Amino acid sequence: MTSALELHQISKVYGSGPSEVNALRAVDLSVERGELVAVMGPSGSGKSTLLTIAGSLEEPSSGEVLVDGVDLASVSRSDRATMRRRSIGYVFQDFNLLPGLTALENVTLPLELDGVRAKAARATGVEAMEELDVAEHADRYPDELSGGERQRVAIARAIVGERGLLLADEPTGALDSVNSEGVMRLLRAATHRGVAGVVVTHEAQLASWADRVVFLRDGHVVDQTAAAPGPESLLAAGERR
Amino acid sequence: MSVPHALLALLSEGPKYGLRLQNEFQSRTGEVWPLNVGQVYTTLQRLERDGLVETDDGEDEGSRKRYRITSAGDRELAEWLRTPPDLVPPPRDELVIKLLVALQIPGIDIHELLQAHRRHVVEIMQRYTRIKAEAAEDDVPLALVADAELFRLEAIVRWLDAADVRLKQRPSLAPAAVADPSLEPTPAMEVSR
Repeated sequence: MTSALELHQISKVYGSGPSEVNALRAVDLSVERGELVAVMGPSGSGKSTLLTIAGSLEEPSSGEVLVDGVDLASVSRSDRATMRRRSIGYVFQDFNLLPGLTALENVTLPLELDGVRAKAARATGVEAMEELDVAEHADRYPDELSGGERQRVAIARAIVGERGLLLADEPTGALDSVNSEGVMRLLRAATHRGVAGVVVTHEAQLASWADRVVFLRDGHVVDQTAAAPGPESLLAAGERR
Repeated sequence: MSVPHALLALLSEGPKYGLRLQNEFQSRTGEVWPLNVGQVYTTLQRLERDGLVETDDGEDEGSRKRYRITSAGDRELAEWLRTPPDLVPPPRDELVIKLLVALQIPGIDIHELLQAHRRHVVEIMQRYTRIKAEAAEDDVPLALVADAELFRLEAIVRWLDAADVRLKQRPSLAPAAVADPSLEPTPAMEVSR
């Protein structure tokens, strides 16, 4: 079975000569459907670049990106744009909602750009907003929503339709820790419904919601966590104390 | 975790048997802090000796003792709740000591060492987060206990991150130790003893 996302030997170089920066160096990463992977690393480690390349917002200098088994380099520019709209959802730190559109219009925008009729898009959009418990705010504008509500709308926009890959860059932004936990619960719930998720963060508490944590440093994947043995091992450890 | 005070708190709700105290302690700490029944009874004996609880044994439950909090126990509990926990002097942190020692040993890849500890801590955090994720969202006591552990562990990861940056910015620190094997013990080494 093909992975939802596969990165093979991805490198990214910005600039040239003395100002050359190697943002990513020969990175391999694959993410399965239903799996939430966190990419952790300090600023400048290349984690945001990794996400933009995985989401085809940027091209690698070398290496292959496969989304659902399709090599992004093998498809035309317009097909790539279609893939971005249909298969990949993005959640950004600053939410990136368009201020002139209502919450629902923000959610349905990718569908409408993709040619879905307004009425059908609206029904699908409301469904995604209901899943995230923000349907009651459908007709409000982003500046009429709290930070937590805005981020829920942004996640609804990322999962609306039949997206198989969810990419999130520091998705909890400036939210407090309890609201941040709410966002991670939603991302986790989305992946448990079969979506593949990648969350980029420098915060260990957010990363700990993932099934697997990949550590990036100076553009290299240096390490990753082992499969979690489950909470019962903590209780056993406690009894030995 | 102060087991005596936790038991006093449970008894402040009304008289209880030892076994019930054990069950309530575990369920209210989200079962993150297991407590065996032997610990419960030895703690209750100490509390009784100190006049903080009393028993009304032999009533209708055979030989089992039922414990109740005394007025001295109520006062002790109220005072304990308001007493700041013992934060100074700091505990001697094994991880800090390991890093200080590693800085003195030639040929150690400090960043790799920091990463090994970081991964280990994040793996434990994943397990606590899973406890929280799998519990009912309204299980507040469990969330509070898991949060406390997660913030404590996150602080360790942040310290490791900061150490990584500091050592990267001052690459001369570790090689200096490599260059001079006859180095006298430094204050850092003294701390580690």
